Amino acid sequence: MQNKDIKRLTLILLFAPFALWILLLIILPHIGMVVLSLKEKVAPRVYEYSFANYLDFLHEPIYWNTLLRTGSMSLLVTALALLIGFPIAYYIAKIAGPRARGGLFLLCLIPLWVSDLIRSFGWILLLRETGVISNFLLWTGLIGQPVEFLYNDAAVIVGLVYTVILFMIVPLVSTLDGMDNSMIEAGYNLGGNGFTVLRRIIIPYAMPGIVAGCIVTFMLSAGSYLTPILLGGKNSSWFTEQIYNQFITRFNWEGGAAFGMLLLLFTSIVIWLGLKLSGQTLANTVAKS
Amino acid sequence: MNGCPTPILPAGAFMKQDNPTYDLECLDIAKNFGSVRAVKGVSFDIPSGSFFSILGPSGCGKTTLMRMIAGFEEPSGGDIKIKGKSVLGVPPNRRNVKMVFQHLALFPMMNVYENIAYGLRCAGFGKDHIRRKVHDVLERIALPDVAEREIHQLSGGQKQRIAIARCMVLDPDVLLLDEPLGALDLKLREAMKIELKLLQHQFNTTFIYITHDQSEALVMSDNVAIMNQGEFEQIGTPQELYHRPNTAFVAGFVGDSNRWSGTVKASDGTGGKVETEQGLPMSFSAGAGQTIRDGAKVDIFVRPEFIRTVRTAEAAAIAADGDNRMDGVIDSLLFNGANSRVLVRTGSGELIESDVTLTGDNDLKPGEDVSLVWSSKQAMCFARQESA
Repeated sequence: MQNKDIKRLTLILLFAPFALWILLLIILPHIGMVVLSLKEKVAPRVYEYSFANYLDFLHEPIYWNTLLRTGSMSLLVTALALLIGFPIAYYIAKIAGPRARGGLFLLCLIPLWVSDLIRSFGWILLLRETGVISNFLLWTGLIGQPVEFLYNDAAVIVGLVYTVILFMIVPLVSTLDGMDNSMIEAGYNLGGNGFTVLRRIIIPYAMPGIVAGCIVTFMLSAGSYLTPILLGGKNSSWFTEQIYNQFITRFNWEGGAAFGMLLLLFTSIVIWLGLKLSGQTLANTVAKS
Repeated sequence: MNGCPTPILPAGAFMKQDNPTYDLECLDIAKNFGSVRAVKGVSFDIPSGSFFSILGPSGCGKTTLMRMIAGFEEPSGGDIKIKGKSVLGVPPNRRNVKMVFQHLALFPMMNVYENIAYGLRCAGFGKDHIRRKVHDVLERIALPDVAEREIHQLSGGQKQRIAIARCMVLDPDVLLLDEPLGALDLKLREAMKIELKLLQHQFNTTFIYITHDQSEALVMSDNVAIMNQGEFEQIGTPQELYHRPNTAFVAGFVGDSNRWSGTVKASDGTGGKVETEQGLPMSFSAGAGQTIRDGAKVDIFVRPEFIRTVRTAEAAAIAADGDNRMDGVIDSLLFNGANSRVLVRTGSGELIESDVTLTGDNDLKPGEDVSLVWSSKQAMCFARQESA
């Protein structure tokens, strides 16, 4: 009897920090956000419950255009991260020797030791009008006058891919690592060429890792703030910037809360669609890796 | 075609290079990994439609040899010919050699049908042709209803058969099997041994079976090659290897043996007398192809089934002239039905294994004084290798 009580107490004590974290930092703020987003300012310090904040979003094209733009650019970032990350992950998991593997993995982690701000600043140093690339091209004579590489969509995408690619590589390495090499050899042995083996065997096998990586990178990319602002400038038109503007610049907390909920809803729908299309479930992708 | 009477000789023995009756010929094939010589110049031919096993302890190079035949490793020297054509430089997906992997390597993301159809799709066959072929091969392995099952829904034995079907549907010249029975439990392994042999008969394709389990090799094969430290010690039928081993390694590796070391006291080249290290005299006959000289250090192998164990009082009646005889006390009795055995402790303290027939009536018991009797013909003698 006593033993059972101790077990239960241990469980409660172990579970408590997690429950507190979920409750205080995730559930409560979101309930607050939902409540806040449903309030409409009808007079100074007088609020009524309505969907006015959400209707505002629909009536103003710049808002939903920004959201769609954020979504589509995040999808592009995700696709690029997958395209670049897959060969890297494949090399680490399947081609590199066991000793090189640890070192390569560590190399992928190094950018995470530096803050977001410094990483973006690194890109600014490279891409700005008086930056390294512009000066180099001037020196080689390929361009006649300094070129501004910053403050455009390409810069934002490059910066975002760089930031999120690690989160693509990690789940991919762990799924590819679990794949028996003899399965790839069997693919060749039964007559498949390199492309067939990749398409029919490696990619289907790695699908859970691919989907997990895509979900994480898409969420990170759509929810990022610093990189688009620093590399894309004031006209980067990232949806998080709209949220920031509502909260801080316009002091419109109700509008900001509504935008926040809309971003959450939008990314959730995109991920749900992605899971449906790839025939995967959350349980065997993100939860697995 | 099976039970082919043609004995396999080393390829160098006759130089018929393009003889179509050989599905696979390996000529002096070698593989080095850095300074490690994994395979050291192995030559052999395999007649069409036979079941050939390569038997050896782990790390003897047999898997490397198989991977070279399949094309996953490039040999450092020598030549491999399939149906008379050299396949050096031919990538694995262009060789008509299929392989059943140790852990089968069935594709878990495809169902049974897709697994079998994969190779046919790669070969570019049409949909109807593939459907017919897959169902045909499933009939032949007696699993006609599993086409739509997922791999994880199959039992171990079924997976085995699907892995073979996946290869056989492509009509390979040679099927390689890399210890595919290793992961199965004992009972299933015994059943699969017979089944593999039957499947080989049915498909009438050359099977090359790699194993470290001698009973698998002996039961299934038409011919067996014994491999040790990158070289073939002997190639022959299971009976030849068992009864007429060429080397001490083969004698010790294939089947159980009692082993003595000793020095030859008198020899006429093919037989004579030896004194073991324990000081016991013993008569022997030289192993196949061996000439034993006086004073040579030798190893003597005697199989347990050739030693007769009788109560000391009855020994004189059965021991013929020239037989070896040793007295001892039964230390323990290992009962295993028809394969029962006694461990006899001799006067000099060593333990000798001997097979006995236990009838349940007036059997030998531990503690009884017994005599061990065996013919000198069954005492196989090999000159000692210095490294052994």
